[in-house]
Amino acid sequence: MRKPLIVRILSALDSRAWIALAAFLGVALVAVPVLHLAVPEDSALHVSTYAITLIGKIMCYALVAVAMDLIWGYGGILSLGHGLFFALGGYAFGMYLMRQIGRDGSYGADLPDFMVFLDWKALPWFWTGSEHFGWMVFLVLAVPAAVAFVFGYFAFRSRIKGVYFSIITQALTYAAMLFFFRNETGFGGNNGFTDFKRILGYGITTPEMRLVLFCLTALTLAATLVFAAWLVKSKFGRVLAAIRDAESRVMFIGYNPLWYKLTLWTISAVLCGVAGALYVPQVGIINPSEMSPGNSIEIAIWVAVGGRGTLIGPVIGAFVVNLAKSWFTVSFPEYWLFFLGLLFIVVTLLLPQGLVGLWKKLMKKEGVAA
Amino acid sequence: MNAALIATDLDNRPEGSDGADQLGHFVTGELDLSHGVALYLEDITVSFDGFRALNSLNLTIDAGELRCIIGPNGAGKTTMMDVITGKTRPDAGKAFFGQTIDLTRLTEPEIAHAGIGRKFQKPTVFEQHTVFENLELAMKTDKRVWQSLMAWLSGDDRDRIADTLKLIRLDGEAGRPAGLLSHGQKQWLEIGMLLMQEPKLLLLDEPVAGMTDDETMRTAELLVSLAGKHSLVVVEHDMAFVEKLGGKVTVLHEGAVLAEGALASVQNDPRVIEVYLGR
Repeated sequence: MRKPLIVRILSALDSRAWIALAAFLGVALVAVPVLHLAVPEDSALHVSTYAITLIGKIMCYALVAVAMDLIWGYGGILSLGHGLFFALGGYAFGMYLMRQIGRDGSYGADLPDFMVFLDWKALPWFWTGSEHFGWMVFLVLAVPAAVAFVFGYFAFRSRIKGVYFSIITQALTYAAMLFFFRNETGFGGNNGFTDFKRILGYGITTPEMRLVLFCLTALTLAATLVFAAWLVKSKFGRVLAAIRDAESRVMFIGYNPLWYKLTLWTISAVLCGVAGALYVPQVGIINPSEMSPGNSIEIAIWVAVGGRGTLIGPVIGAFVVNLAKSWFTVSFPEYWLFFLGLLFIVVTLLLPQGLVGLWKKLMKKEGVAA
Repeated sequence: MNAALIATDLDNRPEGSDGADQLGHFVTGELDLSHGVALYLEDITVSFDGFRALNSLNLTIDAGELRCIIGPNGAGKTTMMDVITGKTRPDAGKAFFGQTIDLTRLTEPEIAHAGIGRKFQKPTVFEQHTVFENLELAMKTDKRVWQSLMAWLSGDDRDRIADTLKLIRLDGEAGRPAGLLSHGQKQWLEIGMLLMQEPKLLLLDEPVAGMTDDETMRTAELLVSLAGKHSLVVVEHDMAFVEKLGGKVTVLHEGAVLAEGALASVQNDPRVIEVYLGR
């Protein structure tokens, strides 16, 4: 008997994982909104706006980390350019947010402020339709997918692998950053987009809108984890792991690695784009620094710290590193990069499986002792 | 083989050998064994930086034949397998699978799909995957991305894998990661993967290296039983094994065929003794 697809997707996670996921959604979708809206601000249980924005932002990072882990942990392809796809999704949605400002900008004009400043008279052609929510959501998915597909097709067809591939992705995101830095490109130059006012006509800074974005991010993260679990447990996932371990052998049994890598690569890029689109309204700004090579390397560090080749690892890594970052950059701002570098070295040398690997090791030892 | 070389091979894929261009009707199609020829190599030449790994090699394998290839190191045995499976493109010459399939125009997965299976000299199984999964991945089926995403093993598929597990005597190890198997077991697993592909032509590069005598003899029996329905090309150094297989023997030397015939006659050929057996 063939099992229906939905059953297969549901059975990709074991019962413990489902309980954890349900608990996460319970906290994110019920507990946090109640504690934010219903509990008075001076209560110890009150969840502050700062906390909601911070956790919402980190959940977007966690989504990127899961996307990165799919291609790195399961596909064996280290991308150091995933910040680009994140930024492309962010920019696509940012264009919509810029149009939602309407005439409330500093110049009171129909065009976004930066275009008025550049003395442009009309929107460039690629801004056509940017006032439509649906079209821009489509672009959030389509632009990272198209860039990833074209780049990936040529890279994988030429059988570029390993460190060479990583370097090229790093160059790709750097080139894109320089391109977006230019005012003439039409994306606000080095200031990018900011001063957003509304989404679908509703104020973007209201507590309700913040909670909607927060819950939407939590739901997307949960759905992505289920999807990713199904993906890596399908035969597709096993073929990819086989390509990672012995690519030529896979070719000689009749699989074409090109399409497998390209599919995973494109899926990973689209997930990053979605994360970027959720991120921009929550932090209120998108600029080319999101494409800086350092950002993409940081994504790889989250995954390495959490544990690559597991799905919960990247989520844990994104939370641990970014919570540490938000504490460090307030308390010891000048030492953060040193700490990040140290963390990367320690993890690479001592914890090749990341925190998840450490946890598994400890559990095993305990099992032996008992 | 390094990545750069593979990449060049792909991009510089010849437009077809001269003869094929003149005739114009040598297109890739269904496997046609009607003339009783499974594999046809004519004047195959491969050079690496001026070194001629294959030098106008001519070889014909009949449908259902079991052929052994022997020869000293560097004779071109592995390069010949690389040409047949699409890993290396010949500089000149024709390579046909059956009457119609031009191997010099196809990629590795296409050749695998057409019905040529290969076992490598160094056993290469997927070490992180279980024995069962190794066989599952090799199984003959639609191997495109969408089909793999939606793939689900049917009862028949499971039966086939179970049969193969029994045949290669790994039915007790189905759930173990393949990386934990002994060397001989890995060799058998790779043969099992080859069988799961249901190829018409099997290329086996030193299939019994590292096996015990008992395992070697069992492998010989298995391969002999496959001949007839399949064509087999076996590269091997172990003369007892070659004798047990009992097929025709081809001796390669410096990238070309030196002698061909029954093992006994080849072993008595003075040229063979000089370059190979005599030393």
